[in-house]
Amino acid sequence: MSITKIDTPAVDGGRRRFLAGAGKATLSATAVALIVGCESMARGQKMAAADTANDVAILNVALGLEWEAIAAYQLGAESGLLDKPALDVAVLFQSQHKEHAAALSGAIQQMGGRPVAAKSNREYATALNAGSLQSGTDVLRLAAKLEKGAANAYLGVIPSFESPDLAQVSGRLAADETMHWTVLANALGAPLPQKALSFGA
Amino acid sequence: MIKRVIAVVLLIVGIAGTAGYARAAGDPVRGEQVYQRCAGCHSLDANRVGPRHRGVYGRRAGSVDDYRYSPALQRAEIVWDEESLDAWLANPGKFLPGSGMGYRLKQARDRADIIAFLRRESGR
Repeated sequence: MSITKIDTPAVDGGRRRFLAGAGKATLSATAVALIVGCESMARGQKMAAADTANDVAILNVALGLEWEAIAAYQLGAESGLLDKPALDVAVLFQSQHKEHAAALSGAIQQMGGRPVAAKSNREYATALNAGSLQSGTDVLRLAAKLEKGAANAYLGVIPSFESPDLAQVSGRLAADETMHWTVLANALGAPLPQKALSFGA
Repeated sequence: MIKRVIAVVLLIVGIAGTAGYARAAGDPVRGEQVYQRCAGCHSLDANRVGPRHRGVYGRRAGSVDDYRYSPALQRAEIVWDEESLDAWLANPGKFLPGSGMGYRLKQARDRADIIAFLRRESGR
């Protein structure tokens, strides 16, 4: 099993940039677009306060997922177990999780909520059993497991959103996570799902 | 009249028995597989996005010491058993509005199997 088979994406990042960017979640064009969607939602629909609070609570759980993903890639990079091109892919995927986190934080604030804060990397390391990572393959396996879990989580919460706009955002986030899982599974040589509709069941 | 009363009683007992059977029939082995759907946020022994699950069966809601719950769960006076877990997993937002968990398990069999798995892992 090789982790060097990943097609190198158009990323010029490296470990130094990866580490320097730890914990930051700056607003990108994608994030802004997501939030703009929520702004239009806020203007166009009057939701009951309880419904808004429910959506905010679900968004905060989603934000917790994103913080965990950002930390997981950080732990993987800091382990020194990832080399190029796998490291570049991790840089890219972590940056996308940061965009997700920024978008979710913005949406939560616009809806009157308080975004949940990230835990410390030490807490994430304990929860994810990062001490057991022995190789680049282990790192990618952990990342693939988290990405698949996140994809299923985003799909699973879609029916619970009161706002159809937020349900759509959840679907878009699930698509990103599924893309991440697909790349990682391919790098790990994992078999393709043999049945359709294998996500979100 | 007496026959009618007996018939109604038997009907009620039958319905209750059927519901009880449906919950009791959960398969913990299959439940362990279905539990993978929860793995995006939960694990048995570590607090992640959601609280750790080992011991959840029979535990009071919102009572894991080192996990930060939503206010809705902090206030909840619920003990997790088959009935409460079934309602929670079917639609958490309806069962406990504002709780934050939005993932719904639509299939009763999936819920029964996961509950059986959680009960087994809780030593109950």
